[in-house]
Amino acid sequence: MTSAATSSGALPASVDAMLELLTSRGYLAERSLATVTYLSLRMGRPLFLEGEAGVGKTEIAKVLSAALGRKLIRLQCYEGLDVSSAVYEWNSAAQMIAIRMAEAAGDTDRDQLSSDIFADRYMIKRPLLQALEPDVAGPPVLLIDELDRADEAFEAYLLEILSDFQVTIPEFGTVKAPHPPIVIITSNRTREIHDALKRRCLYHWVDYPAAERELAIVKTRVPGISAKLSQQVVRFVQALRNQDFYKSPGVAETIDWATALSELDARSLTPQVVGDTLGALLKYQDDITRMQGDTLQKVLKDATSEN
Amino acid sequence: MAINHLAPEKTEQFADNIVGFARALRAAGMPVGPGAVIDAMSALQVIDIGNRSDVFTTLEAIFVKRHEHALIFKQAFNLFFRASEEWKHMLDSVPLPDEAKKKPQAGARRVQEAMSQPRMTETPQHQEQDLRLSVSDKEILQKKDFAQMSAAEIAEALRAVERMHLPQAELLTRRQRPDARGLRLDLRRTLRASLRTGGDIIDIHRLGRIEKPAPIVALLDISGSMSEYTRLFLHFLHAITDARKRVSVFLFGTRLTNVSRALRQRDPDEALASCSASVEDWAGGTRISASLHNFNKLWARRVLSQGAIVLLISDGLEREADSRLAFEMDRLHRSCRRLIWLNPLLRFGGFEAKAQGIKMMLPHVDEFRPVHNLSSIQELITTLSQPLPPHHRSLIRSAA
Repeated sequence: MTSAATSSGALPASVDAMLELLTSRGYLAERSLATVTYLSLRMGRPLFLEGEAGVGKTEIAKVLSAALGRKLIRLQCYEGLDVSSAVYEWNSAAQMIAIRMAEAAGDTDRDQLSSDIFADRYMIKRPLLQALEPDVAGPPVLLIDELDRADEAFEAYLLEILSDFQVTIPEFGTVKAPHPPIVIITSNRTREIHDALKRRCLYHWVDYPAAERELAIVKTRVPGISAKLSQQVVRFVQALRNQDFYKSPGVAETIDWATALSELDARSLTPQVVGDTLGALLKYQDDITRMQGDTLQKVLKDATSEN
Repeated sequence: MAINHLAPEKTEQFADNIVGFARALRAAGMPVGPGAVIDAMSALQVIDIGNRSDVFTTLEAIFVKRHEHALIFKQAFNLFFRASEEWKHMLDSVPLPDEAKKKPQAGARRVQEAMSQPRMTETPQHQEQDLRLSVSDKEILQKKDFAQMSAAEIAEALRAVERMHLPQAELLTRRQRPDARGLRLDLRRTLRASLRTGGDIIDIHRLGRIEKPAPIVALLDISGSMSEYTRLFLHFLHAITDARKRVSVFLFGTRLTNVSRALRQRDPDEALASCSASVEDWAGGTRISASLHNFNKLWARRVLSQGAIVLLISDGLEREADSRLAFEMDRLHRSCRRLIWLNPLLRFGGFEAKAQGIKMMLPHVDEFRPVHNLSSIQELITTLSQPLPPHHRSLIRSAA
């Protein structure tokens, strides 16, 4: 099972093929994540990924689109996100020019004018509408990132779009996707998403990886890092996650830190090096203060011991 | 056999019973109008009233119009029409509740109270006076401490709390809607309107920001020292959960429990019952600092992200007061829009923050208010419905 699974465009035919597909693109997923991703592709249901920041939720959408050769359309959510920035907007300035031009040319047919200026070319298409349009490479991957930052009103609107993949534009008509896009929704849980939306999706909580997997991820993503250093880095980070920090470091932070250390040509972890680069791992002053002195020494000793 | 086959005096008795039953339902808080009673009478003309479960189904179909009332109806029906084989000997006296039951079901208390009200003997006006307290009683009740109320007064206070309407404290959101006095130009609508005049812009359409009530997060202390107040506060929180969309409620004693979902049930007794079912440490000790730590770690990011107002309801009597407590309070304070500490101990004139825990917590709250009687709850509601001040540390109210 090699060529069929990784050939561009075709959907993987089994969970193993899915795992292989993700791995071939440098995304080392837990089997459970590969399973729900596979199911979401097979069932045509949106995938709802929730988890701490930096565990690879957004990454999977990027990898999927690259592996399947589909277009990636990303909608970054924020408070106050509305139809004009998520779905479509009329290019009013261009429309006004068109009206003036029509006036200058002496066109006075009102119906003709309104059908002219509400044409496709005056429409600015935003991510959700782009995702509904047919694509030669196949339905695109629609990434709705950090949905928890949008407000409930947008969530309700999204529910409607995800149920029938069509948008009605008053001046224009209804746009319906010939094939629904692959939808991946991520959330950092800064608020609870409504049950109604979760019911539509396949839900998966993305957790921090175990030590072995994280080591494999570091080796994949930070080429040229020494085996000894990568092992120490992963041990150190895993130990930090067991501490009671306000914000534990995610996989993204591990990769950043490993990259930083290899840029600094560090061979192994020393208190000096760790102290200088701790900002790549911990992002809260309180957490950094707690990692001084004895605590740091202890964690470091465990991470660098040879066994 | 249908009702019209009974002897005339029996029919009358039956009709009286139906009317009494409807009154009882009304007293238990169900909206039952005279139309429903007439419907019930005519429905009983066509069914066999010898069959108790048929009668139940029939009356339920007529009196219950919302699912959350089904439970109350069932309790009331079973109390009112005791299961007797001979329906014709329906009791005229109101049955007494079975005291042997270990735990009364949700709603039972209200149904029993409703049943124990006088039946139709006096004139309605007279009865109104019996049921309602006189004005001076009300005033006393407003000022009376929850901890010193009799059962009847507590019941009245609960009713008062349920009647309190929470006006909306508005928070500007980033979402826009058409608004003639708005600040932004709505180009799309302006342009569409201009087409009616052949492209000349005459009407300028504008957009303004939508206002939404701020989310409320309540942290309620259920330790032993607070036990006299807990039930009342839960009722209050249930009332505001009912009225607003975004309310989260957490109970803490020795541990922290999220009861937001339990409180969303419409019937207050049922909501409180499922609350108690989910909490394991009623009236135990307090570990404010540990509970706050858990809240900050597990929940703060999930419920405080949208400019929430936090109500911390606690007497602040913490045994393990140390720097952790101050630290967690500080973190909580910095992650919400407004932190209001409600303390029933403030009722004592000359109450000073002597306890170590209170001293630690005080610098980190925006407001410190008493909450021990109806008028203080009313004041709190007024506060919650005022426009929110911007982020700043307002002076701590002295308990004058």
